[in-house]
Amino acid sequence: MWDISSFGSNTALLDEFGRSVTYAQLASEEERIAGHIGKRCLVFVLCQNTIGAVAGYASLIDNGIVPLLLNAHLERGSLDSLIEQYHPSFLWVPEEMAGTFPAAESVYGSYGYKLLKTGYSDRYELNPQLCLLLTTSGSTGSPKFVRQSYKNVESNARSIVEYLRLDETERPITTLPMNYTYGLSIINSHLFVGATLLLTEKGLMQKEFWSFFREQKATSFGGVPYTYEMLDRLRFYRMDLPSLRYMTQAGGKLTPELHKKFAEDARKKGRDFVVMYGQCEATARMGYLPAERSVEKCGSMGIAIPGGKFRLIDDEGQEISEPYTPGELVYEGPNVTLGYAENVDDLQKGDERKGVLQTGDIAQFDESGYYYIVGRKKRFLKIYGNRVNLDEIDRLLKGKFGQIDCASSGIDDHMYIFITDPSLASGVKDYVVGKTGLNPAAFEIVVIDEIPKNDAGKTLYKELARYFQRS
Amino acid sequence: MTNYEKYLNVFEETFSITAEEAEHLEYQAIPAWDSVGHMGLIAAIEDCFDIMMDTDDIIDLSSFEKGKEILGKNYGIEF
Repeated sequence: MWDISSFGSNTALLDEFGRSVTYAQLASEEERIAGHIGKRCLVFVLCQNTIGAVAGYASLIDNGIVPLLLNAHLERGSLDSLIEQYHPSFLWVPEEMAGTFPAAESVYGSYGYKLLKTGYSDRYELNPQLCLLLTTSGSTGSPKFVRQSYKNVESNARSIVEYLRLDETERPITTLPMNYTYGLSIINSHLFVGATLLLTEKGLMQKEFWSFFREQKATSFGGVPYTYEMLDRLRFYRMDLPSLRYMTQAGGKLTPELHKKFAEDARKKGRDFVVMYGQCEATARMGYLPAERSVEKCGSMGIAIPGGKFRLIDDEGQEISEPYTPGELVYEGPNVTLGYAENVDDLQKGDERKGVLQTGDIAQFDESGYYYIVGRKKRFLKIYGNRVNLDEIDRLLKGKFGQIDCASSGIDDHMYIFITDPSLASGVKDYVVGKTGLNPAAFEIVVIDEIPKNDAGKTLYKELARYFQRS
Repeated sequence: MTNYEKYLNVFEETFSITAEEAEHLEYQAIPAWDSVGHMGLIAAIEDCFDIMMDTDDIIDLSSFEKGKEILGKNYGIEF
């Protein structure tokens, strides 16, 4: 994938503890890790923003071994069930977790990570195009993964390099999980240009994050809408960060007010603020709003990335040509992924989408061709940048609580779960928090007399909207 | 209510925990006190004491104890 050794003495990875790895060192580490695996197979990577995690990931990709990326904090029950379903040949895990897999044999370790051999016989078949597997949201432990090809990952990373004009002087600092498609796209694109990744497990709300940022002169970071709400609260506009060149935003729609605030502040300070649009199903990125239009086109997610194309279709599937006419957004490009895998047999599947993705988002464009997201076709919310499928939440609750009458709905960053039995309220909340791994503040349990349903027994979600709609 | 009780209350309410759990709490010691929870905590503290905290103080507030110290030293809140 990457021409790692060509960047020789450039620093590839640098962490908050002062440890660093050059591209030359990364190249030899890649060989060692892959040498212990020795074949194309499936490997689960439990991700953190640390040197070990990134080095392991890069090694797998560069050696034709297929990683399935999961958050190292994934709930253990979900992890065990995924291992049981997919039978990975190896696990690449943080050292401190290695002991919790007694059935697996540790065969190698470096940079705080261990390579564990599971002993499963690899009877699965891997399609030759398959590069890596990612969850659609990083939550709920669903066995559904997006299948990304080598062409997907490479074309999307190169496109990002082009529109963000990246070069080897960049020093992005991690603010997003590596197993999250947006976080991973930052890693993928910067390894292409020989830049330095600043890796930290610390977050925006920690002093250590900002010390690391200033000491190592970070040049960029990415954030979901919630990240920018936090930065707003931190009064980011007053912070002295001379090394910062640009910020990107994706993972949901930022409010136009915050978009404007950050765009204007960036312009004043000679930085770029780049609003973007993407999905795991399109590897990562589909659209971006060029920084120079960020103030003027506030609220827009922009235009298609280099190599891609947007169009809108109406309910009959006809292309929309009039501005300000909402329709489903369709994207075409080399980064449209192969499809999903819901079980181990799906890993042999080829390209099911043929370069066309119906995004499920409702959009419109203005007279100069800039796109605006105005709604959603499917029942899901973005919570802190994570896609959470509402029907799946309802199914999980019914699976866990048997006869429960429930319906989930809400707005981004705020899910409302309606139930009729008050005695289940705290149990439901704890369960959903545990399953999604998201902060409890995102969930509100509302006890109502009856879940509104039509004669056929279908839940009338629209009638629930009055409980949470902002007037 | 004393300032201490008010402060304790903010932690109990924000993270749905008991007073005993709150009193020795540190950042990220419980899932609820992550970056999202931190934002909620700061908002609740600011409301409760009617103050606007500085950026440096917001990111320095890494434990129950540390918070008391910051509020006492920089915002004149006596405990």
